[in-house]
Amino acid sequence: MITLSGIHKTFEGNPVLRGVDLTVGRGESMVIIGGSGSGKSVLIKCILGLLTPDIGEITIDGAAMTPKSQTGFLDRFGMLFQGGALFDSLPVWQNVAFRLLRGPQKAQAREIAVAKLAQVGLKADIADRYPSELSGGMQKRVGLARAIAADPEVIFFDEPTTGLDPIMAGVINDLIRNVVTELGVTAITITHDMTSVDTIADKVAMLHDGKIRWTGAKSAMETADDPYLTQFIAGTTDGPIKARW
Amino acid sequence: MLGALAALGRFAIFTGQTISHLARPPFYGGAFGQALIQIGYFSLPVVGLTAFFTGGALALQIYSGGARFSAEAVVPQIVAIGMVRELGPVLVGLMIAARVTSSIAAEIATMKVTEQIDALVTLSTHPMKYLTLPRVLAATLMMPLLVAVGDTIGIFGGYLVSTQRLGFNAASYMQNTIDFLEVLDITSSLAKGAVFGFIAAIVGCYYGMTSERGAMGVGRATKGAVVAASVLILAANFFLTEAFFST
Repeated sequence: MITLSGIHKTFEGNPVLRGVDLTVGRGESMVIIGGSGSGKSVLIKCILGLLTPDIGEITIDGAAMTPKSQTGFLDRFGMLFQGGALFDSLPVWQNVAFRLLRGPQKAQAREIAVAKLAQVGLKADIADRYPSELSGGMQKRVGLARAIAADPEVIFFDEPTTGLDPIMAGVINDLIRNVVTELGVTAITITHDMTSVDTIADKVAMLHDGKIRWTGAKSAMETADDPYLTQFIAGTTDGPIKARW
Repeated sequence: MLGALAALGRFAIFTGQTISHLARPPFYGGAFGQALIQIGYFSLPVVGLTAFFTGGALALQIYSGGARFSAEAVVPQIVAIGMVRELGPVLVGLMIAARVTSSIAAEIATMKVTEQIDALVTLSTHPMKYLTLPRVLAATLMMPLLVAVGDTIGIFGGYLVSTQRLGFNAASYMQNTIDFLEVLDITSSLAKGAVFGFIAAIVGCYYGMTSERGAMGVGRATKGAVVAASVLILAANFFLTEAFFST
């Protein structure tokens, strides 16, 4: 279980997170939605330890996330970055097996990488290609294969469908849902794509103005009477959320 | 002034952290091997060409300058001492700043912009151990070798010009060169190489790691790294020369 209590984060006097409280249960797929600039990426980076909250505590299975304990937690995490964040200088299979190549499974690393590529619908013949030789959708899939390569307990997805056409976005959403279901992992996804929410989420949290505005089961979203959530789902300009120009 | 001091402090902390990782496992041998090849082997052509033409030009200059007071015969000695003590290490250092510092800064800054540095962290890999330490170590170890190659080719350039154009006897030119050089000349040259290599790599890594976001950030990091490394190499050259040869 991942628990966030009173998380605050400010950048150069600009408060981005203003007291985020959130609990993600084991094996749950939590999708955090919110407008551009609402602090979703900052929140996920705080959980991963890439940023340190100014105030507040993050615990994983009851143990506090601190700079000292970060490495231990990261060994249990996988992450799919918005742009893939594949290492340009390494071929695809070494990207996927990056963690394995530096651990006890080094000898089987390539074999596992190819199996993980197959799991995300990619053929073995791309294993020796470089990321720059792949399309955006393929790079996302390789990123997903890398995220699941070491069989993590928690996987983070940062805007997994951004920049993809609707069909490829659907493919990625389905892959994420399948991976989460098959592996039984805890998943935290940040997105503003409501199609992703429909496919991936068990639970949804809406981040607005640096706080969790609404949280609940995906099925409860349609009947929620929160005007912010309603406006976000409808995608209209009329409502309490003001468009940022 | 305060801003400059703060920047200096950040650079000092970065340098200290990099050195501290030397003593702490893991060590990424593959990344180190790649850095050795990139920094050492692939720099050989530019180092060789720079040193060759500089040695040749130096011989011509000393010959024509020396002719003003009938001292043309000192060409072998001055080419040797000039190349080994000064021009070899400094020119190789500046070439490495242009070629390696810029490449390191641009590569790491791009990795930062595209979240590859964050990805390394999430894969339980310390960016300083994986990116900075191998490059700094490789540059520090390879630069003395590159300087030795540069010194040798520079002297050879002077030898070729002197024997083919200026009428020097080949055997006596080589004998004069060998007789005149002292061990301190060579050790100072190699030591300067090691220091310049360290500066070139650590500055590139620092500017890359601290670059701002976006294409402009990568450009600024690269430009700043080359300028800072070049100035630091020239400043370090002065202090090392002072330390080795002040009487």
